[in-house]
Amino acid sequence: MSFLALSSGPLLSNDVISFDIANLGRSFFQSTLDGLEWGAIYALVAVGYTLVYGVLRLINFAHSEVFMAGMFGQYAALMALGFTPNGNAYNEGPVMTILYLGIAMLAGMAVSCVVAVSLERVAYRPLRKRSAPPLVFLITAIGASFVLQEFVHFVLPNLTGQTLGGVNAQQPIKLVNREELFSVGDGSVSNLTLILVLSALVLTGITDIIVNRTKFGRGIRAVAQDPTTATLMGVSRERVIMLTFAIGGILAGAAALLYTLKIPNGIIFNGGFILGIKAFSAAVLGGIGNLRGALLGGLILGVAENWGQYIFGNNWKDVIAFALLVLVLMFRPTGILGEKLGRARA
Amino acid sequence: MSTPAAASGKPQARADQPKPAGGKEKIAIGDRFRLWWNSLSRPTQWAVGVPFIILLALLPVVRPPGISTVGTDFGGVMAQFGMIALIAIGLNVVVGQTGLLDLGYVGFYAVGAYTVGLLTSPDSPWNQTGDGGWLSAKWAWLAVLPIAVAITAISGLILGTPTLRLRGDYLAIVTLGFGEIVRLLADNLDTLTRGGQGLSQVAYPRLGESDTAMNGVFAAGYSNGGNINNGVWWFWLSLLLIVLVLLGVGNLERSRVGRSWVAIREDEDAAEIMGVPTFRFKLWAFVIGAGIGGLSGALYAGQVQFVVPTNFNVINSMLFLCAVVLGGQGNKLGVILGAFIVVYLPNYFLGRTEFLWWNINGNAIADYKYLFFGLALIVLMIFRPQGLIPVRQKLMTYGRQIWLAARGKRTKFDDNPAGSDKPGSTAAAEVSR
Amino acid sequence: MHRVAMRGALVVVAAATLTLAACGSKSADGGSSNANAGGGGTTQTTETGSAGGGAAGSAAGGGDSSAASGGGSAAASGGGTASGGATAIKPVEQISPEGAKVEQKSASNAANPAGDGKAKCSGVNIGMAGALTGANAALGINILNGAKVAIDEHNKANPDCQVQIKQFDTEGDPQKATQVAPSIVNDKTVVGLLGPAFSGETKATEPIFSQAGLLSLTASATNPDLTKQGWKNFFRGLGNDNSQGGAIANYMTKELGYKKICVVQDDSDYGVGLAKVVTETLGDAADSSCAAKVKTGDKDFSATVNQIKGASPDAVYYAGYYAEAAPFVSQLRGADVKATFVSADGTNDPQFVKQAGNAASGAILTCPCGPAPADFAKKYQDLNKIAPGVYSVDAYDLTTIMLKGIDSGITDRAKLIDYVKSYEGQGLAKDYKWDDTGELAVANPWVYKVG
Repeated sequence: MSFLALSSGPLLSNDVISFDIANLGRSFFQSTLDGLEWGAIYALVAVGYTLVYGVLRLINFAHSEVFMAGMFGQYAALMALGFTPNGNAYNEGPVMTILYLGIAMLAGMAVSCVVAVSLERVAYRPLRKRSAPPLVFLITAIGASFVLQEFVHFVLPNLTGQTLGGVNAQQPIKLVNREELFSVGDGSVSNLTLILVLSALVLTGITDIIVNRTKFGRGIRAVAQDPTTATLMGVSRERVIMLTFAIGGILAGAAALLYTLKIPNGIIFNGGFILGIKAFSAAVLGGIGNLRGALLGGLILGVAENWGQYIFGNNWKDVIAFALLVLVLMFRPTGILGEKLGRARA
Repeated sequence: MSTPAAASGKPQARADQPKPAGGKEKIAIGDRFRLWWNSLSRPTQWAVGVPFIILLALLPVVRPPGISTVGTDFGGVMAQFGMIALIAIGLNVVVGQTGLLDLGYVGFYAVGAYTVGLLTSPDSPWNQTGDGGWLSAKWAWLAVLPIAVAITAISGLILGTPTLRLRGDYLAIVTLGFGEIVRLLADNLDTLTRGGQGLSQVAYPRLGESDTAMNGVFAAGYSNGGNINNGVWWFWLSLLLIVLVLLGVGNLERSRVGRSWVAIREDEDAAEIMGVPTFRFKLWAFVIGAGIGGLSGALYAGQVQFVVPTNFNVINSMLFLCAVVLGGQGNKLGVILGAFIVVYLPNYFLGRTEFLWWNINGNAIADYKYLFFGLALIVLMIFRPQGLIPVRQKLMTYGRQIWLAARGKRTKFDDNPAGSDKPGSTAAAEVSR
Repeated sequence: MHRVAMRGALVVVAAATLTLAACGSKSADGGSSNANAGGGGTTQTTETGSAGGGAAGSAAGGGDSSAASGGGSAAASGGGTASGGATAIKPVEQISPEGAKVEQKSASNAANPAGDGKAKCSGVNIGMAGALTGANAALGINILNGAKVAIDEHNKANPDCQVQIKQFDTEGDPQKATQVAPSIVNDKTVVGLLGPAFSGETKATEPIFSQAGLLSLTASATNPDLTKQGWKNFFRGLGNDNSQGGAIANYMTKELGYKKICVVQDDSDYGVGLAKVVTETLGDAADSSCAAKVKTGDKDFSATVNQIKGASPDAVYYAGYYAEAAPFVSQLRGADVKATFVSADGTNDPQFVKQAGNAASGAILTCPCGPAPADFAKKYQDLNKIAPGVYSVDAYDLTTIMLKGIDSGITDRAKLIDYVKSYEGQGLAKDYKWDDTGELAVANPWVYKVG
């Protein structure tokens, strides 16, 4: 084990930060796989930030709460299907599990989508009507974020007879247990790894096709490039914006289900906050406004963060993510793949 | 300069500000207050201001029923208000005047508090109050105060230099990251900061030590038997600092620096073209804002005598921003009002069982504070983005006098209040009306 | 168009405010509504079953080997109805600082707040300070509700001595606590204080109480430093982190025979302090290569789990709270780590079992707090509509002690401090007798087991 003291002088007798690169070497594949799982979740949330930013030049700060709403949405759907939360895994057989997961995902997507679109309607549209500057949008978004969090924290439990929301995390409903399928080096590839990474790839792929190959997508790109001209050419800007929020919400809902598969204990009112900031970092990392960049950025952030925590320890995970964000913005503010949503595919 | 000489409320609201039509339109109460205040001559402003400050200082001594808090000590609440007001003034320089959205301001608050904590707490390896230290136990807090401000300002410089070249919304996220990094560092560097165990017994001013008040009036637990306790003394101290900071910031505002800030806020590109070294002035704003944040952090460390990382989370950053936005970005007095609302209202309801003639559960209402603040932010941004007491810029030298003349009031031209301006040195950016 | 949008937004806001107002009043009768959401039925004694459902009695009860957990990954059979008893936290034994079992006395002689029913007093109240709102409210509410049971019994039995409990909410935040403390001190009817609840706020406020000579009897602040500050008014109604941590460390090595233990700590004052004592007492048994630090609020422990898996220890000691302990133990079991999970009072909460399910079974939890006797649990449930939690019994006992002081005719603060200083008697949870520093003379923690 190699310890290295960053600062050692008369003032400091102990190591301030210790790191252990050998630990990463020992668990290289495992940490990479964990990182890819996280990256998949970040990527799906990042798409929401990227799309909205590309079209509106707006950081939808409340997108993390859209994600959080998705977690509660899929949880509520599972409860409605008759699952009683008990902290243990259910064994429903593969067919039924996939069916239930599908329903839960749809419910999560629906709730997130509704929240995202109503957020746009209630909070952003009145501002846009008066062409308010970006700062006002951002502050509104922060306010909306507060409202959504505190709604789940205090109001939702009263509305649902203490079954949803509140100060504690929801008692988990586990549908899938992590089981190793095969191993790569020191790492084990589990059923969850495959579900998470494949879902992220497929969903961002579909979104990429929608944005780049369909008529809707052409509208989105047109508005992103030049709203005025797009409007003149007969594209309804309001509809495009709504659609953008809806797509972002749907993907956040999907991410919410994947997240609860990975972390069943994570369904809590403030569970989206830090994750949202990291997903935004991922979007910036890949190049904000760039769909493929969001996927790439998500995966890179997830992996980097996990490697980091194997080197420095669990408690440095968030520092690494934020430091990465600061570094990227300082040295390559346009991100790895560059910005433009409009130019993603001409 | 291309800026219209029309009414401009908070900069963000420029496009939607209804054009004034001969002064007959309805004027909100905040606007009316500002109009009245601006129509006073400077000596009159002092004549009104000083008694008002004295009145404010006496508030926690008198504790008028109905205004005083029930569940918490009113003196302590006012002390917290003083600190948040300082923060709001500092944040206002960055957000309100220069238009840089800083979501990690709590980081500077933390740096200030931790500087005091690290240098004066016996728990810290860098403690300088014990044997061999260069701080005497009696004056430690006062001696560390400027150090804390300086270190915080330097941290602002270090953060600002690379990041202030970024676009506005990116800056918001970077500062958010910075705020979290500061908290996480305080948590993780536990050999220095003792992590979550915190630094206790932080120094505080030893003033008025006597038989009845063994550790002076600023010590936790001091009370004169009546309403004056250590919270009130801390409030008085922060009030004094607020006045000093307000004078400093006010002068800056009326100087070339302040005009550059507003120019940057309104249109950075235009400002750059007009020859304003935008980066340098943005950095100035950032550093000054950081320093004021550090000052408030040092006050915090002294009053609570205990610093732990949990007090410096992002949610507090948002609360500070809330104070600035609520009160009126850019308006020093407005943001103080904002700070008052943010601190006072939740405490007012805490432990209260009746309000006017309704029976209420005050604790539940206090619980909902972030929900209400969130709603307030949204509603305010939609209906009154300029805040409760919005700002109007009077940037031209003798701007106020001209403005008054334009309003048809006869006033004598007094001496240039800012003192830092050469007459006629600059063209006005905007004149109200 | 502009008008329409404005009106629309206004309607939305108005609706939201109305909803809020409605909910505010709904929660008015139970400030506790957000704690223990879902009304956890699992407590230390009442085995009324957790949230029912398909826990499918696969809990590996009995057996004290390190493999007792039987693999948390055991899938419950198809969401069927529960057959056996659901998992709950059950008391095992009380242990000495050396980790040996201590014979416990029956609680039959426990002090009774009712007294002889002839007490006379007026204008004398007891204060309670702790987090009643905010993220840490659950603990404060457990304490408050426990105290309420004692007050209720006392006031019913003594019509001529009606004592109120005055609640002061600190949110568990040191700065807030310094604001609240003076108003406690200034309320001259408050002769004794139950609290403060957390160590951080105690550090910040105790100078104020000490100056005012107000008895401060805490039911939950366990930081060992608190009794070393020379405060004459501060008494701790339970063992501190040192006694709890030392005892469980010895229990693990001597009684359970563990050779290799990974100590994991969170970043709270409590977690850091506890982990330090445990690591020191464990000595060589504590493996530094798998010691880890996590953060409050973390839900993903993959790196730590992997590290522990590589070390294959006999036990994992977690110093922290249930919100992190539950996902941590789930992930340990998910990664097939079979080491016994050992933790302390921060984890000793029904929520731990609810959140972790079968992964929690076999976990050993200590607490300086005693188990709630069945009839206390019933009284508590009747009065507060939720089951008692950690520290409820201790709060009941401490309140009883103060009430007995008041019944003996004490009306001023100084005398109540003297009364507590010389108090000696049995309570529901343990014996109460304090040494000069304000620590309990004998503070033997309890060992609980999830099963």
